Amino acid sequence: MLSRTAASLYWLGRYIERAEFTAQLVEATLRLDQLAARPAGSEAWSSALAVATATASFEATGAPLQPADVAQYLLLAAANPGSIRSCIDAARHNARAVRTALSREAWLSINRAWISVRGHQHLRDSERILNLIEEVKADARGFEGALNRMLHNEARAFIALGTAVERANGTARLLDVKYHLLLPQGEAVGGAVDRDQWTGILRTVSAVTAYRWLYRQGLRPWLVADFLILRDELPRSLMASMERIVTLLNRIGQRTGMQGEADRLARRQRGAMRGTSIDSLFQGGLHEYLGRFIGDIADLDRAISQQFRFT
Amino acid sequence: MQDRQVFDEIFGVGDGQRPELGALTDWIGQMPVADLKRRHDAAEAAFRQIGITFAVYGEEEAAERIIPFDILPRVFSAREWASLTRGLEQRVAAINAFLLDIYGERRILRDGIVPADLILRNPQFAAPIADIRPPKNVFAHICGIDLVRTGPTDFFVLEDNARTPSGVSYMIENREAMLRLCPELFAMFPVQAVDGYPDALLSTLRSVAPDRATNEPVCVLLTPGPFNSAFYEHSFLADNLGIELVEAADLEVRDDVVWMRTISGPVRVDVIYRRIDDDFLDPLVFRADSLLGVPGLIAAYRAGNVALVNAPGTGIADDKAIYSYMPEIVRYYSGGEALLPNVQTFRCREPEALAYTLDHLDELVVKLVDGSGGYGMLVGPTSSRAEIDRFRAALKAEPHRYIAQPTLALSTCPTLVEDGLAPRHVDFRPFVLTRADGITITPGGLTRVALREGSLVVNSSQGGGTKDSFVLGDPFLTQSQSLEGMHQSQILPDLFTDPATGGRA
Repeated sequence: MLSRTAASLYWLGRYIERAEFTAQLVEATLRLDQLAARPAGSEAWSSALAVATATASFEATGAPLQPADVAQYLLLAAANPGSIRSCIDAARHNARAVRTALSREAWLSINRAWISVRGHQHLRDSERILNLIEEVKADARGFEGALNRMLHNEARAFIALGTAVERANGTARLLDVKYHLLLPQGEAVGGAVDRDQWTGILRTVSAVTAYRWLYRQGLRPWLVADFLILRDELPRSLMASMERIVTLLNRIGQRTGMQGEADRLARRQRGAMRGTSIDSLFQGGLHEYLGRFIGDIADLDRAISQQFRFT
Repeated sequence: MQDRQVFDEIFGVGDGQRPELGALTDWIGQMPVADLKRRHDAAEAAFRQIGITFAVYGEEEAAERIIPFDILPRVFSAREWASLTRGLEQRVAAINAFLLDIYGERRILRDGIVPADLILRNPQFAAPIADIRPPKNVFAHICGIDLVRTGPTDFFVLEDNARTPSGVSYMIENREAMLRLCPELFAMFPVQAVDGYPDALLSTLRSVAPDRATNEPVCVLLTPGPFNSAFYEHSFLADNLGIELVEAADLEVRDDVVWMRTISGPVRVDVIYRRIDDDFLDPLVFRADSLLGVPGLIAAYRAGNVALVNAPGTGIADDKAIYSYMPEIVRYYSGGEALLPNVQTFRCREPEALAYTLDHLDELVVKLVDGSGGYGMLVGPTSSRAEIDRFRAALKAEPHRYIAQPTLALSTCPTLVEDGLAPRHVDFRPFVLTRADGITITPGGLTRVALREGSLVVNSSQGGGTKDSFVLGDPFLTQSQSLEGMHQSQILPDLFTDPATGGRA
């Protein structure tokens, strides 16, 4: 497989996952804003911007910190490189360049998403916002379904690798921002807004029901952290993403005979995670841990691109 | 409905029906227009879903369009096709002989058949490669010969596309659409399959591989990238040939050998089906500012380590200034008269021809010698006073840049338009493959149709559409025509494709 093809497939996986993650983030934020017993207000939206690493660029647009403006920016702004529109554009561009490596269904699902996002211009009310989000989620599911019907070859492995790396990154940022905002030093946990906030986090990673199945004690911040970081049953947890990354790199290595720095970094990270507990993570400082994790993922991304000669 | 002065591909001319197509005229007569419209809409909806789009140069990337598809096919009888095939083989064989000669001994110049300065000082003459013989002595492996028709047996060559002709993906995808949308036509007629083209093309590529790689040559398709208007066709062909679709940045040349960068390390490349122009192939030899090219590629070609398909330098054979000499060129190399005649052509570089052209601008078609895609072209009878005056001035200023041709009464074909069926002018581009040991012509091609009433310009960038082109088999021999054991199921059932942008009117 051409190195450029591998790079395009990897980024295709990353962009589709990022689009879906942003869709879920906005949906959860909207719900939080609407349902909270006390209005969550602009704080909910500024934290959504922080999770999407779009705080500074949104401020630069001069738009007010209003739900509709933030949603528009996160979903449709062409000027925001992380918006769903930009992600779907980039995903389609990559897919088009490597169309021969994709199954027909996989391509169709991306093209359908692109056509559907192009049909949206201004999101005046939450109904329109939710419609768009539903479409993006459905298209992302369609893409995932198409991938599962593709040959289990390198092409599929590179897409899945991009998806897993993006997932690890997204979940880590979500948890970091929310935990930081929700649990300032020394403040007690409890109350209505908190419950909604924690549910919002779980909603963003499609894990509200799953949490209830696994943890009978009800919503506890440290259990949510345990769930999102260390439980490999949750597809979007950091642990599950790392397991997936190691497996995929292995599979690619078996087919190409190429193993290297990326494999080493991924295995080391997974090993460290398997040997730890949520208590020890809290003792070392959760924010510090997540910051290091995000840095490690960035290193891993660089190692992948060197190992397979992406550039 | 028909203007019976003009030959129609289905209805014939005057009272001269085409008896072999009786079943088709009945089918058209009985088919409600609404039904045709429904099938047509289904086809175009499929287009958009699959994303078979093209970008028109000068428009934003977002402005991707589909090329209009017409549901009514044009049909060649087995007899017509047999005679076309002979003419095409003769012409393409002559084109290759001509290229081998002018980049070699130059006998044709010494014998005074073609003026030497017209070749040697032509911008299309590729001086940097003039001393290289391509592998297996084939220059133009893939030619798309544009034909027009004015009567039952009157075919003319409008243009020889010997560089990187596009549009072959339409031949295949339009057929896929027709098989789905009008299956009854295939029960009615013994239509010859076109899906053997990818295999025939692959065997053409493999046949010219350098000797060291003849067992398992690595072939690739070199594209300028996704922003190129014919990118869909590039990916379609790479997919159907089962070869890598590469961009220049995927290739590098070390010690005169071409390598592609893969995730398992460098892989040696033997044959490059390139869909980028000569000028952009190698910045060390042609345009230094080219970002599309591969530095050192021509050195590797010179060393015999890689085959380029088509070989560099073929532009001299389809140059519009050379075109008018094609009857002489064909006679010179084949020893017989050209079976497919040229359209009469006035070379405006010659004073008499220029004077005639200036006097008859309102009846002639005037073309830039180096223009393409229907740009830089005057169609006298349908042009305004102002346009004619503009061309008059341009002709006087630089006469050598123009040729002129009479406006032909191009054949028409029934076409679905706003108010039902109407005759629209068509042309035809069959694709001729030259292997190391012979010529293959897939029974079919690209039929382009000028969708505007009265228009003679069929280019997709100028409001043209496409149709399927049926070639009927001899009813007793149909099965023997399919190529190289290719099966229907090996072709992806994608519908349609993007347009023939390399095309010139």
